[in-house]
Amino acid sequence: MEIRCDSMMGDDSYRDNVVSRRSGAIEPSQGGINMKTRAIALVSAMALLSSPAWAAEDTVKIGFVTTITTPAGVIGKDMVDAVNIAVDHLGGKMGDKSIELIVEDDQFKPDIGKQATEKLIKEDDVDFVTGYIWSHVLLASAKPVIDSGKFLISSNAGPSQLAGKQCDENFFSTSWQNDQTPMAMGEVLNQRGVKSLYVIAPNYAAGKNMVSGVERTFKGEIAGKDMTKWPDQIDFSAELAKARASNADGIFIFFPGKHGGAFIKQYQQAGLDKEIPLYTVFTVDSLSLPKFQEGNLEGVLGSFTTSYWSPDLDTPQNKKFVNDFKAKHGRYPSHYAAQSYDTIMLIDSAVRAVDGDTNNIGGLRAAMEKADYPSLRGKYAYGNNHFPIQNFYLREVVKDDSGDWTSKIVSTVYKDHQDVYAVECKLD
Amino acid sequence: MSWVLLAEQLLNGFTLGLILFLLCAGLTLVFGIMDLVNLAHGSLYMMGAYFCATFTAMTGSFLYAVPLALAATFVLGLIVEVIVLRNLYTRDHLDQVMATFGLILIFNEGVRQIWGADGEVIPLPAFLDSNFELVFGIVYPTYRLLIICVGLLVALGLYVLVTHTRVGMLIRGGASNREMLSALGINVKQLFTLIFGLGAALAGLAGLMAGPIEQATIGMGERILILAFVVIVIGGIGSIRGSFIAAILVGVIDTMGRSFLEDFLSLVMPANYAETAGPALSSMSIYIVMAAVLAIRPQGLFPPRTG
Repeated sequence: MEIRCDSMMGDDSYRDNVVSRRSGAIEPSQGGINMKTRAIALVSAMALLSSPAWAAEDTVKIGFVTTITTPAGVIGKDMVDAVNIAVDHLGGKMGDKSIELIVEDDQFKPDIGKQATEKLIKEDDVDFVTGYIWSHVLLASAKPVIDSGKFLISSNAGPSQLAGKQCDENFFSTSWQNDQTPMAMGEVLNQRGVKSLYVIAPNYAAGKNMVSGVERTFKGEIAGKDMTKWPDQIDFSAELAKARASNADGIFIFFPGKHGGAFIKQYQQAGLDKEIPLYTVFTVDSLSLPKFQEGNLEGVLGSFTTSYWSPDLDTPQNKKFVNDFKAKHGRYPSHYAAQSYDTIMLIDSAVRAVDGDTNNIGGLRAAMEKADYPSLRGKYAYGNNHFPIQNFYLREVVKDDSGDWTSKIVSTVYKDHQDVYAVECKLD
Repeated sequence: MSWVLLAEQLLNGFTLGLILFLLCAGLTLVFGIMDLVNLAHGSLYMMGAYFCATFTAMTGSFLYAVPLALAATFVLGLIVEVIVLRNLYTRDHLDQVMATFGLILIFNEGVRQIWGADGEVIPLPAFLDSNFELVFGIVYPTYRLLIICVGLLVALGLYVLVTHTRVGMLIRGGASNREMLSALGINVKQLFTLIFGLGAALAGLAGLMAGPIEQATIGMGERILILAFVVIVIGGIGSIRGSFIAAILVGVIDTMGRSFLEDFLSLVMPANYAETAGPALSSMSIYIVMAAVLAIRPQGLFPPRTG
């Protein structure tokens, strides 16, 4: 890690402060702006101005765009926490280069995300632009990065456009293509004999992908479908009433962040938990489960979701990551965290493969295409569009030994699954 | 479309409408009587929900938390009025917008510092957190029925307060002729502070009623404030009766649009077009109504009888 003046902090929050230092972003775990941090940020910013060449030689610069403010900031915090653990595990260095991380806030808005991205490219001149929770933010931000010839690595969003026609040699994903997880859920629904399904998802890029994913594999009838206004709509009473009237065998939803909590609460208040089972993707996760537990939403226990990863996934690196994360933050990491950790590890493998020569774009690309790093999900391969070809699992919500709600893997739905848009991608 | 579904959606429309009304009653009083554009009204809504979450955790019951949270938002409203807003009554609307927008930022950041960014759950007692069958197989959440009852009671209470009490007479007097009222020996300053406190408590009530359905979160106020302004524009600025009717209208139109517009559209156009146009049109529907009202009857449907 590129560290200047950091010894002045002298507290255990030092990593977080390092992360927020250059960007002036507010680090959520600190509960706000630490004036001392601000002062140090200024000092080190001036130090950078006076010696830019010095900084460029010794560091790998990674820009990380995520949501820090708004209630979705919880997701961003989970990601940044995981990135910090990755940096810790690497000892602050990639090969003999130190890591300089610049976190930017997209405020959950495509236009702000794009501005933050342009700042990272033009002002900070980073080597890698990473992060991105939201598909619509990533779609707005992708072009400036790709035009600049820098690497773009998505730590979460997997819009179909970037997997298909708009794929690029410098774009990589350490997560999944949006359609894959709901496709796995569609298979699960077939196996469980669900004949009709009511689909509810938000009306934006990822929501549309999630719906097309489940529709692609689900063999039964779609009894009804609602696309809700995103992110404004948080009252789902009208949709729940329609779902009830449809008499479907199951309800499929995709509501990341706090919308998921609101939906499940209202689903239970309407008494639908006793009538129609709920099947979710990216809704019940390590961020929402503690809230469900707090609100006594027992209906979530035993419910099913699909994912490429789970806190209990049995790889040595995942065990280490989950243990260290829990020890440091007192909660389970989410898939957002796992993918962010993998993003840093993927970059590390590439930087070490080119002996720290970050100007060797071709070498970095070739190294990343191998995915030769200890991913938390285990070994995977990259498809021609640089999306992982990976397993998908069925997960069930259970109580762990200490009574906390978490999820565990029940079975493998897909082995080495590749997204359907890869064929539209011109790369080979 | 079945009658049961239609009835259920009407109830959903009423729930949304009555929450909007609670918010608008205060907003329209402040806007109409004191001529103050208060963007921070949504912040008071948010604070109601956060106070309620904290008091629920402290006292162990939502029911004890409600009066405490109401009192807290009332007091907060008084403080905000005395410190900030009192100085803005004579300034133009742009200054008011700037200052109250600043208040939004202060409230949001303050909440982040105190409660954190991830929102607060408000657990309900078991008897409210369930549902029951009304008639003819209409199953409806108990808590949403409570919202409807509370909303109607508040509407009735406000009607009585404004039209049949001395305070109400002063409020109406303040709206028609501020100078005359103070010439008659009424402390208008104090009256305005009181009205603002009342509006704040109503906003807090709306927030704490909405809290258990969603969650107390930062920015919850701004989202609904836009709808609230739509309501008071449709209803007529300064009119409580107008905002009641307009709030119900907006709630029902919004819910019905979300529920049935796509089905209607698919009667006149191919299903895949209807699927795209439905959600887009339904999220515009209330703004279309507002634009129509502004074009045909710019003073709103039920402007207050003043002058």
